[in-house]
Amino acid sequence: MPGITREEVAHLARLARLELKAEELDHFAGQLDDIIGAVARVAEVADRDVPPTSHPLPLTNVMRADEVRPSLTPEQALSCAPAQEQQRFKVPQILGED
Amino acid sequence: MTVTTDLVSYEDALASYDPVMGLEVHVELGTRTKMFCGCSTGLGAEPNSQTCPTCLGLPGSLPVVNAVGVESAVKIGLALHCEIAEWCRFARKNYFYPDMPKNFQTSQYDEPIAFNGCLDVQLEDGEVFRVEIERAHMEEDTGKSTHVGGATGRIHGASHSLLDYNRAGIPLIEIVTKPIVGAGDRAPEVAKAYVAELRELIRALGVSEARMEMGQMRCDVNLSLMPKGSETFGTRSETKNVNSLRSVERAVRFEVRRHAAVLGDGGTIVQETRHFHEDDGSTTSGRVKEEAEDYRYFPEPDLVPVAPSREWVEELRAGLPELPRVRRNRLREEWGVSGHDMQSILNAGAIDLIVATIEAGADPVSARKWWMGELARNANESGRSLEELPITPEQVARVTALVADGSLNDKLARQVIEGVLAGEGDPDAVVGKRGLKVVSDEGALGAAVDEAIAGNTAIADKIRGGKVAAVGALVGAVMKATRGQADAARVKELILQKLGVTEG
Amino acid sequence: MTDSPIIKLTAAEIAAKIASGALTAVEVTEAHLARIEAVDEKVHAFLHIDRDGALAQARAVDEKRERGEELGPLAGVPLALKDIFTTAGIPTTVGSKILEGWIPPYDATLTRRLKEADVVILGKTNMDEFAMGSSTENSAYGPTGNPWDLTRIPGGSGGGSSAALASYEAPLAIGTDTGGSIRQPAAVTGTVGVKPTYGAVSRYGMVAFSSSLDQGGPCARTVLDAALLHEVIAGHDPLDSTSIDAPVPPVVEAARNGSVEGMRVGVVRQFRGEGYQAGVVQRFDESVQLLKELGAEIVELDCPSFDLALSAYYLIAPSECSSNLARFDGLRYGLRVGDDGTRSAEDVTSLTREEGFGDEVKRRIMLGTYALSSGYYDAYYGSAQKVRTLIKQDFEKAFEQVDVIVSPTTPTTAFPIGERADDPMAMYLADLCTIPTNLAGNAAMSLPCGLAPEDGLPVGLQIIAPAMKDERLYQVGAVVEAAFVARWGHPLLEEAPSL
Ligand SMILES: [Mg+2]
Ligand SMILES: [Zn+2]
Repeated sequence: MPGITREEVAHLARLARLELKAEELDHFAGQLDDIIGAVARVAEVADRDVPPTSHPLPLTNVMRADEVRPSLTPEQALSCAPAQEQQRFKVPQILGED
Repeated sequence: MTVTTDLVSYEDALASYDPVMGLEVHVELGTRTKMFCGCSTGLGAEPNSQTCPTCLGLPGSLPVVNAVGVESAVKIGLALHCEIAEWCRFARKNYFYPDMPKNFQTSQYDEPIAFNGCLDVQLEDGEVFRVEIERAHMEEDTGKSTHVGGATGRIHGASHSLLDYNRAGIPLIEIVTKPIVGAGDRAPEVAKAYVAELRELIRALGVSEARMEMGQMRCDVNLSLMPKGSETFGTRSETKNVNSLRSVERAVRFEVRRHAAVLGDGGTIVQETRHFHEDDGSTTSGRVKEEAEDYRYFPEPDLVPVAPSREWVEELRAGLPELPRVRRNRLREEWGVSGHDMQSILNAGAIDLIVATIEAGADPVSARKWWMGELARNANESGRSLEELPITPEQVARVTALVADGSLNDKLARQVIEGVLAGEGDPDAVVGKRGLKVVSDEGALGAAVDEAIAGNTAIADKIRGGKVAAVGALVGAVMKATRGQADAARVKELILQKLGVTEG
Repeated sequence: MTDSPIIKLTAAEIAAKIASGALTAVEVTEAHLARIEAVDEKVHAFLHIDRDGALAQARAVDEKRERGEELGPLAGVPLALKDIFTTAGIPTTVGSKILEGWIPPYDATLTRRLKEADVVILGKTNMDEFAMGSSTENSAYGPTGNPWDLTRIPGGSGGGSSAALASYEAPLAIGTDTGGSIRQPAAVTGTVGVKPTYGAVSRYGMVAFSSSLDQGGPCARTVLDAALLHEVIAGHDPLDSTSIDAPVPPVVEAARNGSVEGMRVGVVRQFRGEGYQAGVVQRFDESVQLLKELGAEIVELDCPSFDLALSAYYLIAPSECSSNLARFDGLRYGLRVGDDGTRSAEDVTSLTREEGFGDEVKRRIMLGTYALSSGYYDAYYGSAQKVRTLIKQDFEKAFEQVDVIVSPTTPTTAFPIGERADDPMAMYLADLCTIPTNLAGNAAMSLPCGLAPEDGLPVGLQIIAPAMKDERLYQVGAVVEAAFVARWGHPLLEEAPSL
């Protein structure tokens, strides 16, 4: 298994939207490398013909009827918003696609 | 657009390359509630009034699948001749975007509910082209952002954005084609016909109104070119949000010309997303990302697998309506119209209205005549669709009945329709209020005919002399005198009778 | 001021006294609020105390009784609620700075059930941030002390709840258990904690850490009290798709009829060896001996895949958490950092998450991001899910031979605060015995089985039952508890130093 480099930690932090400080990159690189080195043991079973388990209980087809339930009021929905305007959540400029 | 793009002519492009298309269509389902919560999907609500902990992604909230969403997906899959998964899961597609409250989209990944299907589409000249379907899967829509502070309300240059999550979580079905090869120079037409056919299908199933102008159906166009004779696909571009039938055709055409220009210059196509511009039919490159997207899909642990029973699937299959293309062909024969006329009827959105009018008692010719004539004109002038006109198929059928029994002539019938559209009530009420009735009192009519003959002796003589065609002028005079309320055919008969002339 | 004797009563005793009129709910609530006032500065079990809400709820219970209305089995009994369940109008922080000041607009299903059962919620308890940890040191609001020794950890993530019980601040508490966060705190504080079968208690309104592992459950000082609380909070919830749609197992009845007569009890070979403290092993062996004396047949079991459980857990839980915690982006609720009018939403989100999350949370988010990323998914997440299947199969095979399995709850007793803070791998070992149950989804309990001779700190005995057979935990737990209390002459907590 590959070791975790500082650059990889930086990449993971970008994917996870964490603005890590320089010293954190080193700190986490070492720790993540240790942890991943230890948990990589699971790959021992990678070749075994075993179905993966994603859910602990074998439930299927849990659905609800298409019936309207009361929503929150806009005031409740926006009650915790760090900023709002025109009954909408106000967010900083979005780096868009164009 | 300030960006100029080198293009070659469409004909030149097709002389050297074969286009390969992939179409991804998102359809918003017409369920009453969202895919994973009980919030209403009703249109026109005030911002953030149709949200709850689940569709706002509040901490602790959980999703529960809308049964009608699953049923709709299976119906769409079956109508597209797909296999229906015996067992499938939802997955999380992880990426950060402010219009997505959880910062992951609950979607399906490698286990779509429907896969391996096809849709036959008919081009305008009647040629049928088979489009293979890769998959149809369930997912959820995002919220809506409004960009503030930029010059044009666009994202670029905006100082901040405002988010309304009413749309977040509305069920979507994403339908993805397999690569469409072999369409040649008809690729743009095939793309448009496919989206049009899919729209008809979705409507026929009753799972969505699929109104593209309202964003209920949206199309992404993937396109690549391969040199003629080659079987290796080229690099594709993905043009996002091409949201009208005409735009689909134009986007394909533009990308064919652009790709050909790049390749012809010895360049390479960059795999990228592009934006379509309605104003000039061009596409431009999206933001180049420094790192490739990595969505880190994994099975959604908050939802359990969906395992549609075979009995249920067969029940839904048995209940499918006649598919639109089959139905169109049947109706075309029943109505005795040409393929071209049928296409116009389809384009006008008049098929169901005509069918309903016939069901209400009208004959096919009259039903078609009114919807494609007077009413189409009115709709066009008032910028509405036929469906939006304030007149029902039953009312149109009543008008045709009044014409058939001689109570109205065409001219009066038009006035009745005008009255109905103006909100004056049912056809019979309009007839009463406006006093529109063919004058059938033979005595009164006879007097009017006598008067017309007396006042136009020269013309009367001509007719007596054998110029029967001149009768029109006398008919016109009688119609004028009766303010249009006479039956023109009967008037003509009376005039000829009084002048002692028999028609050829 | 001397403490009211009320605080030493069990929940069952309090409920009976309120029902008979010997005590009012207000008296009971006031006694506990006074205790909290007296000791919580030292213990720091609570993040938020809802004095007014608690007294209002208590008054409502007393009025209900006066009107002659029927009261629930726990009417008027005070409870400490882990700060991971949403409470409408009351702050919910999940031990994180990123949710500081968040007041949810809705109640968790569990919160609603407690209120409907007339339970009095005293406040919200401290926890490791987002339930990630085994010591409560990862709380953004400072650590909680173990009432047995305030310089030691009370376990985690539910250390606030276990400490509230052990310090007599509340007779009942709620915890959540993703890898042991109910059982490990119970073990190290000498209290009782139950992780019900996955799906038994609704997760709606319980802030998610790892969705396929998280499970809320009862915490108490006695097995019967845990059962009474279990019955109040369990049951089908249509708002949670993973909720079990079946009747709640008869846990109270089981707790009242404890017996292991003729039962087969399994001891798993993999739950001992290196890393296990001698005194823990000693108390565990004595417990096995006790079970034998009580009429159980002991069966040795081999569950080879348990050796991979910790590794699988530290891939699955971080993977799910990396996705579950993505919503904390500073845009709709909670903390927002760096919005100076020029920065983009993307940058503000990154700055907010950097500032709002603690180290352990960041570590696990990155670990999960790594395990799910393309190219690594099959080796890590995919393999971990296969391990999960193998662990389930090991349990299935085991439960063909035995009715319940027993083990130490934790390999060691409470360690000193700070000892493992900088060594995540050492910290993770605290959950060695509890994790297999979470991966398989079955039920487990921890209850006190004595003090380790070398440090005089509580040792927990874990009982594991098959999924949907939660009543077996109580049936076994009740008889073991009764035998130990008889042997000691008093409940174990009586030996804890007074605060
Ligand atoms: Mg999609
Ligand atoms: Zn909602």
